Amino acid sequence: MKTLKIEELSKNFGSTEVLRKINLEIDEGNFLVLLGPSGCGKSTLLNIIAGLETINEGNVFIDDYNVSKVEPKDRNIAMVFQSYALYPSMNVRENMIFGLKQAKTSKEKIEEQLEKVSKFLQVDQLLERKPSQLSGGQRQRVAIGRALVREPRIFLFDEPLSNLDAKLRVEMRREIKKLHQQLKTTVVYVTHDQTEAMSLGTRIAIMNHGVIQQNDTPENIYNKPSNTFVADFIGSPSMNLIKGTLKETSGEISFTASGSNVEIPIKDYEFKDKSNLNNKEVYFGLRPEHIYFKKSNESDFEINLRADLSEYIGHEQIMTFDYANQEILAKFPSTVKIELAKETKLYFDLTQTSLFDAQIEERI
Amino acid sequence: MQDSLKSSSYQQLEQKSKYTNMFLRWFLYFTLILFASYFIFPLYVMVVTSLKTMEEIRQGTLLSWPSGINLESWAVAWGGRGYGAGDTFLRPYFWNSIKMVVPAVFFSTFIGAMTGYVLTKWRFKGDQWVFLFLLFGCFIPFQAILLPMARTLGVLGISNSVVGLVLVHTVYGIPFTTLFFRNYYVSVPTELVKAARIDGAGFFKIFFKILLPISAPIIVVTVIWQFTQIWNDFLFGSTFSFGEAAPIQVALNNMVLSSTSVKEYNVDMASAIIAGIPTLIVYVLAGKYFIRGLTSGAVKG
Repeated sequence: MKTLKIEELSKNFGSTEVLRKINLEIDEGNFLVLLGPSGCGKSTLLNIIAGLETINEGNVFIDDYNVSKVEPKDRNIAMVFQSYALYPSMNVRENMIFGLKQAKTSKEKIEEQLEKVSKFLQVDQLLERKPSQLSGGQRQRVAIGRALVREPRIFLFDEPLSNLDAKLRVEMRREIKKLHQQLKTTVVYVTHDQTEAMSLGTRIAIMNHGVIQQNDTPENIYNKPSNTFVADFIGSPSMNLIKGTLKETSGEISFTASGSNVEIPIKDYEFKDKSNLNNKEVYFGLRPEHIYFKKSNESDFEINLRADLSEYIGHEQIMTFDYANQEILAKFPSTVKIELAKETKLYFDLTQTSLFDAQIEERI
Repeated sequence: MQDSLKSSSYQQLEQKSKYTNMFLRWFLYFTLILFASYFIFPLYVMVVTSLKTMEEIRQGTLLSWPSGINLESWAVAWGGRGYGAGDTFLRPYFWNSIKMVVPAVFFSTFIGAMTGYVLTKWRFKGDQWVFLFLLFGCFIPFQAILLPMARTLGVLGISNSVVGLVLVHTVYGIPFTTLFFRNYYVSVPTELVKAARIDGAGFFKIFFKILLPISAPIIVVTVIWQFTQIWNDFLFGSTFSFGEAAPIQVALNNMVLSSTSVKEYNVDMASAIIAGIPTLIVYVLAGKYFIRGLTSGAVKG
């Protein structure tokens, strides 16, 4: 039984296609993050799961039960919004029990739930306050509390941390993580912040233009991006994508960047399909953090590149190198001194490479 | 040497700017007082005249102070002289106006709030068109609809009645009230409605429990606006009612214009003030909220 299953889901706003044939499944207790740039359809997808948006095609199942045409309140879900959406005229207590009262829950049960949740979230001192008298973090807690008291099957979070300042955001992120560890409720969480996605999710679905680009564990998203969009979207700075061609000579495969004559051997790479690799136009993907200034593995590939630019950001520096007229970024500790406009010896960690077809931009 | 030269020229400049400032300040106050008196002057004449006897009016000037506080003309304006036919006084018409204004303001405000709620939080296909046509109602000259409206009231059997006037004012108030509430609700985050829907609240519950409790500023604005419009209306009142069903503005007109004998300026002035007092009271009581409400749509939170 899947807690949430989305089948061939499409959604249009007039002639604009917002979601295209989305398929998604979540197992009980998972934390799924929908991640993507603004306008990719992630919030629409969440609203559809909540029942706040209608569907043009496809179905949504919760616990194998087709809820496509079921009212939001009967879907056994709870949602936390970016603006918290606390009812301004009600105090914290009324805000938290509003849903239970609508569902005609017994007085004892309401009190019991309220006490349990408000203690758990440490808002029990704030019950008589109005939302306008709360700080951002407190509002966020109350909003989560309002979702918690209903004991839903699925929690939906719509960019809940975007309105908080940077410091509070990191704190609340940890609290949400703790919350999920303790409650083990299934979560669907929408964000455009990749750090949030990486640190919170047990699975991440990366979306772009209404299509899920990759739905995988955070590790796989980071290490084995399935296309150049994911490779480029995840990581800061994003993955270097060097254009070039593959060459196959007697079983040995190597990569040559266009305009360069250095051959980089490709060993131990898990190709999806080993045929037709010779002369294939590809992107050679390598993250800035996998370029070293000192040899650290036996397999590291040594190369001389000219340093063009250095950006100092405190604990580290981002260096820009020139590789046959293509820019390559590398991330080093800020203690390393590298002279600009001079060839420097660098080491590519070849165990961390990704290769993409240059035409269809998919991983090969 | 150079330093002392500099400092003396600074002193001169400082002195000069002090005089300029002083002059400007006096000029400012002079202008303000001038304009204030310009506005206060008619009110002064009205109040003073209403407190005079006819004898005083004939002998004194427009601006002269009354000999004493003589409330007789006020009593005549409100309650008449007590002899039968031809004696027009404001009391019954004042109550007509109250009976017309209170329901008309209530219904137009309520319906406007509801329409504004639907147009912003329950968007439907073509809702912009509905809003556009409603706005059209704000700009239509009321003279244009007098005949069709008279016919409608006749068919409904409520012409020349307070009920008929309530209907007319409600219908023609809705475009304005809708505009006010729509613009207010546009700035209320739609996520509130989404959250309430997930919590299981329906269309009316969301309106009454979530939106209406936070609408106080715009309700005040709408009530003041509608109250003033309807209370001061003369066109609809004079067209759709006559005789005993007329509202106060119509009666005031009849009183002032139809007197066959000597013009009683003191009674006329007292009547005019009586007819204007309710709107004045509403402004004084709620004016603070009026300004706040007018701007609250613009600034969120």
